[in-house]
Amino acid sequence: MPTLKRTEVLKDNQTHYCPGCGHGIVHRLVAEVIDELGIREQTIGTAPVGCAVLLYDYFNCDIIECAHGRPPAVATGIKRVQPDKIVFTYQGDGDLAAIGTAETVHAANRGENITIIFVNNAIYGMTGGQMAPTTLTGMVSTTTQDGRGGHGEGPPMKVCELLSSLGGVCYLERTAVSTPKDVMGAKRAIKKAFQNQIDGKGFSLVEVLSMCPTDWKLSTSKAVDFVNNEMKKVFPLGVYKDK
Amino acid sequence: MGHKILLKGNEVMAEAAVQAGCRFFAGYPITPQNEVPEYMSKRLPEVGGVFVQAESELAAINMVFGASASGARCMTSSSSPGISLKQEGISYIAGAELPCVIANMQRGGPGLGNIRASQADYFQAVKGGGHGDYRVIVLGPSTLPELYQLTMNAFDWADFYRNPVMILGDGILGQMAEPVELSPYKPIVNLPEKDFVLDGCKGREPRVVKTLVLKPADGLVAHNEHLQEKYQRIEDELSLCAEYETADADIVVAAYGITARVAKGAVRMAREKGIAAGLIRPITLWPFPKSLFLSIAQTASQVLVVEMSHGQFIEDVKLAMNCALPVEFLGKGGGWYPTEEVILEKIEAMAQAYAVSGKETNKCRH
Repeated sequence: MPTLKRTEVLKDNQTHYCPGCGHGIVHRLVAEVIDELGIREQTIGTAPVGCAVLLYDYFNCDIIECAHGRPPAVATGIKRVQPDKIVFTYQGDGDLAAIGTAETVHAANRGENITIIFVNNAIYGMTGGQMAPTTLTGMVSTTTQDGRGGHGEGPPMKVCELLSSLGGVCYLERTAVSTPKDVMGAKRAIKKAFQNQIDGKGFSLVEVLSMCPTDWKLSTSKAVDFVNNEMKKVFPLGVYKDK
Repeated sequence: MGHKILLKGNEVMAEAAVQAGCRFFAGYPITPQNEVPEYMSKRLPEVGGVFVQAESELAAINMVFGASASGARCMTSSSSPGISLKQEGISYIAGAELPCVIANMQRGGPGLGNIRASQADYFQAVKGGGHGDYRVIVLGPSTLPELYQLTMNAFDWADFYRNPVMILGDGILGQMAEPVELSPYKPIVNLPEKDFVLDGCKGREPRVVKTLVLKPADGLVAHNEHLQEKYQRIEDELSLCAEYETADADIVVAAYGITARVAKGAVRMAREKGIAAGLIRPITLWPFPKSLFLSIAQTASQVLVVEMSHGQFIEDVKLAMNCALPVEFLGKGGGWYPTEEVILEKIEAMAQAYAVSGKETNKCRH
């Protein structure tokens, strides 16, 4: 029977993430994939601004910490100078779909041969629970205190759907880490996104629906339910592009 | 010996960058610097380099951030409104102590302004520009041969000090054409090994390039102190200034960049009229060449600051001279530029007023 082993891609550090947060799972999946593909020593990760800013405290590979929303631009600079290296960005919803929308869209449209891990938890976590571009309609946040949608906020932004029309995109899949089956699916998608880069296929983005019990003000189990029962309705899982 | 060819300033700068080993350029179109990305888009692939037309100035400077962390000599250029957008990235690059070269071919402001030449971004360039206590080495070339040389030097100083270097030009410098000898690049410093490069951690511990300092609690204080020590070292080591006819000058014109070139002609004309005029021209705008200004303060009687703004450079001139001399001002923003005749007129008026009033002068009136 197979047993779980440590991966040398993760450092032996306790994370700063809250109980029930999905980042720990997503970190583990990315690390396992890097490990299995044997690419740790040729990988350069880019850290976002947001809860995952301390990526370098956990990942045992070269990391550059970027300004808010700019990882796809920084990754472009790295990958274009070192096309033989593996470059990934790890970004939250505010980083990728609000302040960094232009960088995301244009890196995608240029077909940059990079891998983006997009963790969507529908809230600004690090700053304390403000509305994210992906906050659900009606969802309460500290800046939508009677629920999103009543004051000109617009509906949640659907990143995979948005990017799917762009010619430069190779692979888009939306996954989740709210059930064991979803976790396995997320890992398969992340591995494919890295393999695409190794194969020179171009821009790959894996969206991961993830829990934020602290800023959703839910218990850890209710947060899992929220992903399964509410978020998946608005953000259907699946492959949005695979060329 | 190289050969002289006729090029526009923007092309001169781009070719100098290529000669100096620049192999990554990201930029965004904005007048009057469009020839830089245009030239780079064709030239860089010829030498195995990379040109990216970015979606914005923000993206361009962040691409440069990534390229620099990858060890490439890299550059971006823009003009005033675009340089404002780049300030975020410049702060990060300065904080992370990475080398890069940024060119600002200044145009009229504020806001969208116009596309005529200007020197109104002086404060932004030499006082910081973005957030945080940081400095950018700022160079003010006055001619195209000097632009060629200083652009090559800029890459050396960027690598040597691990700091962004800005070439502060303007629309005239970028658009004018002049014969330039494309001399081969020779490093002017001993280039340090780039031990910060992120190229995968094969055979070594992983490296991190970052600007967030949370731990220890006073870590950011220490980091800032380290940066300030570096800036002090740069001030001590790097200070360039040109003088013209200052030895016996009563009236010294202080100007930089293209304005200094015009002022030099005015000084020559004043000399022909028997006025003991001279010119002091900082080449490094940060660090500001204070000591030469101090020595001018010992020998001259009056200073005339000429700049294409409503008075920014003049503050550093007064500071450098400890307000020891009366300082007159000639300058406007918004696309105004001085002619030799206008500067000469001002010099003549100063000479006349000085002759009438003797040594009784009103110091630092501006």
